[in-house]
Amino acid sequence: MSDQLVKVRGLKIEGRSDETWNQIVNGVDLDLNRGEVLGLIGESGAGKSTIGLAAMGFTRDGCRISGGSVEFDGIDLVNASAAQKRALLGKRIAYVAQSAAASFNPAHKIIDQHTEAPVQHRVDNKSSSEKDAMELYRKLRLPNPDEIGFRYPHQVSGGQLQRAMTAMAMSCRPDLIIFDEPTTALDVTTQIEVLASIRDIVEQFNTAAIYITHDLAVVAQMADKIKVLLKGDEVEEADTRTMLTNPTEDYTKSLWAVRSFLRDQKPAPAKDAVPVISVENVDGAYGPVQVLWDVSFDIHEGRTVAVVGESGSGKSTTARCITGLLPPIGGKMKLDGQDLPLDYRRRSKDQLRQIQMIYQMADTALNPRKSIGEIIGRPVEFYMGLRGSSKRKRVDELLEQIELDPKVYYNRLPSELSGGQKQRIGIARALAAEPKFIICDEVTSALDQLVAEGILKLLARLQDELKLSYMFITHDLATVRAIADEVVVMKDGRVVEAGPKDEMFSPPHHAYTDLLLSSVPEMDPDWLTNLLQERGTDNIGDAALEKMGGQ
Amino acid sequence: MSVTLMIEILVAIAAFGMLGRSAAQTNWRDSSVGNILGFGVAALILVYLCYVYFYTQGQFMRWLIQGVVIAGVLGFLFKKLGEFVGTQGTRKLFRSMPVTASFGILVILTYAIVAIFAPWIAPYGEEQVFEGVFNTLPGGAAVGGDDRFPLGTDQLGRDLLSRLIYGARNTVGIAFVTTCLTFLLGATFGFLAAILGGWFDQIVSRIVDALMAIPQLIFALLLMTAATTIALNMAADGPVSILFGLVEISGRALVTIFMVIIIAVLDSTRVFRLSRAVGQNIVVMDYIEAAKLRGETLLYLVFREILPNAYAPLLAEFGLRFCFVFLTIAALSFLGIGIQPPLADWGTMVRDLSQFINFAAFVPLAAALPLMAAGAIALLTIAVNFVVDWMLHRSSGLKE
Repeated sequence: MSDQLVKVRGLKIEGRSDETWNQIVNGVDLDLNRGEVLGLIGESGAGKSTIGLAAMGFTRDGCRISGGSVEFDGIDLVNASAAQKRALLGKRIAYVAQSAAASFNPAHKIIDQHTEAPVQHRVDNKSSSEKDAMELYRKLRLPNPDEIGFRYPHQVSGGQLQRAMTAMAMSCRPDLIIFDEPTTALDVTTQIEVLASIRDIVEQFNTAAIYITHDLAVVAQMADKIKVLLKGDEVEEADTRTMLTNPTEDYTKSLWAVRSFLRDQKPAPAKDAVPVISVENVDGAYGPVQVLWDVSFDIHEGRTVAVVGESGSGKSTTARCITGLLPPIGGKMKLDGQDLPLDYRRRSKDQLRQIQMIYQMADTALNPRKSIGEIIGRPVEFYMGLRGSSKRKRVDELLEQIELDPKVYYNRLPSELSGGQKQRIGIARALAAEPKFIICDEVTSALDQLVAEGILKLLARLQDELKLSYMFITHDLATVRAIADEVVVMKDGRVVEAGPKDEMFSPPHHAYTDLLLSSVPEMDPDWLTNLLQERGTDNIGDAALEKMGGQ
Repeated sequence: MSVTLMIEILVAIAAFGMLGRSAAQTNWRDSSVGNILGFGVAALILVYLCYVYFYTQGQFMRWLIQGVVIAGVLGFLFKKLGEFVGTQGTRKLFRSMPVTASFGILVILTYAIVAIFAPWIAPYGEEQVFEGVFNTLPGGAAVGGDDRFPLGTDQLGRDLLSRLIYGARNTVGIAFVTTCLTFLLGATFGFLAAILGGWFDQIVSRIVDALMAIPQLIFALLLMTAATTIALNMAADGPVSILFGLVEISGRALVTIFMVIIIAVLDSTRVFRLSRAVGQNIVVMDYIEAAKLRGETLLYLVFREILPNAYAPLLAEFGLRFCFVFLTIAALSFLGIGIQPPLADWGTMVRDLSQFINFAAFVPLAAALPLMAAGAIALLTIAVNFVVDWMLHRSSGLKE
């Protein structure tokens, strides 16, 4: 048995679009030994997932392996028959997908899905593989390991589900597991426990892994060596420490430098200044279920207030209350010192114009059947009453403001733009209304780090030029550090802590703020190990949150 | 064919498949035995059809095979034509189109042209009666017919070719108008229900449920019986004026208008269900929220934001619905309460000539008389379905 598990040579993959085959991976080599963890990083479209899947001998629909070889433990996977692959996949090679919630079949219990592979591959019988599942759940530190498997996927939290999926991948004790962005959809506090448990279990069973992610700090904790990809080409590969301290290529250096964007906090507003938006003791509810309690904060002209918290903390609900889509059941809101009707239907056209919104998913925020010109032109026409050539002129101006060439982009459809460009169009649409106040709902969380940095810089520049006020909803504390003037921390529908950025990022913190801050992965490869030693393995993620709830 | 022979053939195919699986290096290797069996059976059917065509006497079967081959060739030629004529967009469309779809488009175009230019194409009028030429066979004098009437005449001595051509105008035209009305009703209410939700959605949806609970054809029959009586009563003393006295129409035309409205309302329930479901998926999108927050009106939301995103499923449904409406009209006419004689209509023609099917064993050509109208209905239905299939495939493929 040789030490080398995966050997990929000159891998080329083509994808089909517009009736032609375009090469999306241009000859990548990849070597992986037993028990080793390789991190694949790059922007979206770099081909990292495609390469990861190809290491299983698999391509997505509309893709094909057009050249090169993939060998798994001496077996040629490119030319293997379906039957040969069936014998390997699930048994010796396993896959953990990005969204466990979407990957589990909601109609079956978790443990039934867990035992399917061992029973199918005749590795084990049903009852003993159930026992094994419980053992794995215990190792992965899932709560109630003997019982949790008998729940349905929707009865389990996202982080727990992701760990259950890792357990499922382990069910046949594979030689290789491919993790495709397993923690990207999770909050920072839950991310830690998933990372810790993945790392433990990979070490315990001496499993090799390919870890695909775009988060450098995460990969620094997990991988033994890192391969950086750009547009289907390998940029460089080195072991983790060398790569972090001493990258050779310019592209890698630029990736490493992304987190350097930092804005100085603006001086506090005058005492008697009238806030652009003030939210006073707002209670919100979806039907009979109350989700917001007594939320209050002010946003002053030209300032950015970051609202942070985990999913379910009520950040987006607060935004919906301010826009009037979800009229609050208590409290009031003021725009420029004037009372603002709670329901958006009762607001005047001018009040609607003053509050604009930029959405997280630019894909769903732009009507796919309308051209860029129509999308940006509509608010110009609707609010400003401009038509014909004067409208066109204004749209051109807006496009220039967001650094896109009007001649090129005016007639394009959203589907012909990249993610970052779409987000810029979303910004332009908000600007077209000439508002005072813009709500940015996780605007950078769906973007790659380089692109996200560009968007943050653009927003900062626009704020300086147009005296805009932002309410910046995010769960990413690095973004907060970069752009915020004030921070509001939310948990379970309540404001836990609020204040200027500098104060918030320096101790002493509220316990929850402290937990959030310390859970953000850092680029130091020893960070996770140190953190676990400091906090203890049973004091992370859900467990830590529960403890706090008990206090 | 004996059972043993069939088993032997199946075993041969399976063995062939196994051999191919072990020898080949392509997709063939990874396809299942069932797939290969399917290919084998298809090949066998092809061989059987060739045998029928060249060595047996069945006239209709031969016509059928000829028809399918000619259809294929026509479709292919039309596709090639489309690839070289027209704008960049249509050329690209034709290049990616299957032959079935191009054949379907060709047939629909032909029907449209025939319907529009019926008075110029048809050799005689639709109500013109000729003396002494009842039930002439199709095919001209050589096979016992009359050269003046290439497709024969009906039992009153009217030229069948002319009536088929005018029938395209009446049947297809009325079906088209009905389908448009169906969609106007169904889609508008469906999208409104999706946006407004709440009590509006509840009321409209329950009404639709109630309408859908009654079998459609029987309900249509019931309503048509009532409508016919009402219409004839209204028109008892001469033409009725409608649209505030702008137009005067006869009782017969009034029955047709009632029929259009009845079928449109009954069929719009299906369209309502579809557009409500499609609309609900679109309404939750952020761009709808953005438009709402901008303060846009309901009509703008329905027609400018939702409708463009619902084109694909609605267009596909339009094709299908058109076939159903068309068949419903033909069925009602066949039962005698649809389009009223002497207006030419394919459903009525099938009914009037249906007894000739009994003579098929003695005079095959006589049986062709009712089959021509039935064939016209079938051909259009198939053509529309080909096009709809293709559009459905395209719209589902475009979703990334």
